[in-house]
Amino acid sequence: MRSPAITDELVIDIGKMPIAVRTDNDEFAAILEARYCGFINPAATPLFAFDIELVPPGKIADTDDVEVGFERGCWLIERGDLRAEFDPIARRGRIMHSANPYSIDTALRILHSLVLARQGGMLVHAASAVRNGKAFLFAGVSEAGKTTISRLAPPDVALLTDEISYVRRNGHSYIAHGTPFAGELAKIGEKIEAPLAAIYLLHKGQENSIEPVGQTDAVLLLLQNVLFFAHDPELVGMVFESACAVARQVSVARLTFFPDARVWELIG
Amino acid sequence: MNAVYIARSKSVAARVLDGEMMIMSARDSTLFTLNAVGTTIWQAADGQTPLAEIVRDKVCPEFEVAPDEALRDAESFVRALVEHGILRVSDAPIAT
Repeated sequence: MRSPAITDELVIDIGKMPIAVRTDNDEFAAILEARYCGFINPAATPLFAFDIELVPPGKIADTDDVEVGFERGCWLIERGDLRAEFDPIARRGRIMHSANPYSIDTALRILHSLVLARQGGMLVHAASAVRNGKAFLFAGVSEAGKTTISRLAPPDVALLTDEISYVRRNGHSYIAHGTPFAGELAKIGEKIEAPLAAIYLLHKGQENSIEPVGQTDAVLLLLQNVLFFAHDPELVGMVFESACAVARQVSVARLTFFPDARVWELIG
Repeated sequence: MNAVYIARSKSVAARVLDGEMMIMSARDSTLFTLNAVGTTIWQAADGQTPLAEIVRDKVCPEFEVAPDEALRDAESFVRALVEHGILRVSDAPIAT
């Protein structure tokens, strides 16, 4: 791929991992600036840099599912609408997609998940929020209630995300960071962080209750919600070990909730 | 009958939690949880010890089960794990 003439550089700073994205298209730069508003940090020194090559809308790769592979020293990320390559040693890469803010969002999520895996962290399909200085994750598949519980949060709760939670290891504890990866709420999280106090596995029900789960179930349920795409045995092992470590260090419980604001009386 | 040797796949991550072996396949990220007998066989699957010997020396004494029945169950268990690609099987010792 040929390098475009770069005119705009934005540093998107998520989870203390600033990534520079460069484009020669002012209009697209403005789209990104609006999309990642609150997470643009020109003062941060980027740990990785990506050149964006915009192409006309259409199929770029043959696969509709995300495929992540490692070839000749580079990570390759492909989906129908995007193709990205990333050299982890040089810390540089290139993303090819049409001028929409969603394709690069996918590439960023995958990049973060790959890098976090080596650092004992993870991206989790979960809403998360901070209350009284502590972070809480609400994990679950679609329709489990991530958006609902986010929408029901009282004013003293700061929302980190309603869709993709960012968990970073900090010694023997874990920190949850805000992300711009929004779900149905279409509201990006706050760029704040807090120690992770509990992970709740969401179920909607007729009453509100919290039921602790054993370590085995905690790991199983956590891994079902971890975002990870690569089939690299070493990285898969790292993700597995990270899930085991999180389950040891952080309280994991099933949260059954009736969808009204009273559920928040149990949190925090 | 020829001896059967079993070895853990290199493309898995495994850890004992609450006394159960949890295994994650790197091939498709599938998770498996083994019961106590399965955990014993998994831990003994060093590629060098025949399955019959594992059953005789580890499974039968620990779980007080008849050798023939234990071996039949172990063979069925091994077949299932081999199909999922998390265990390797051979009629000769397996280098690990």
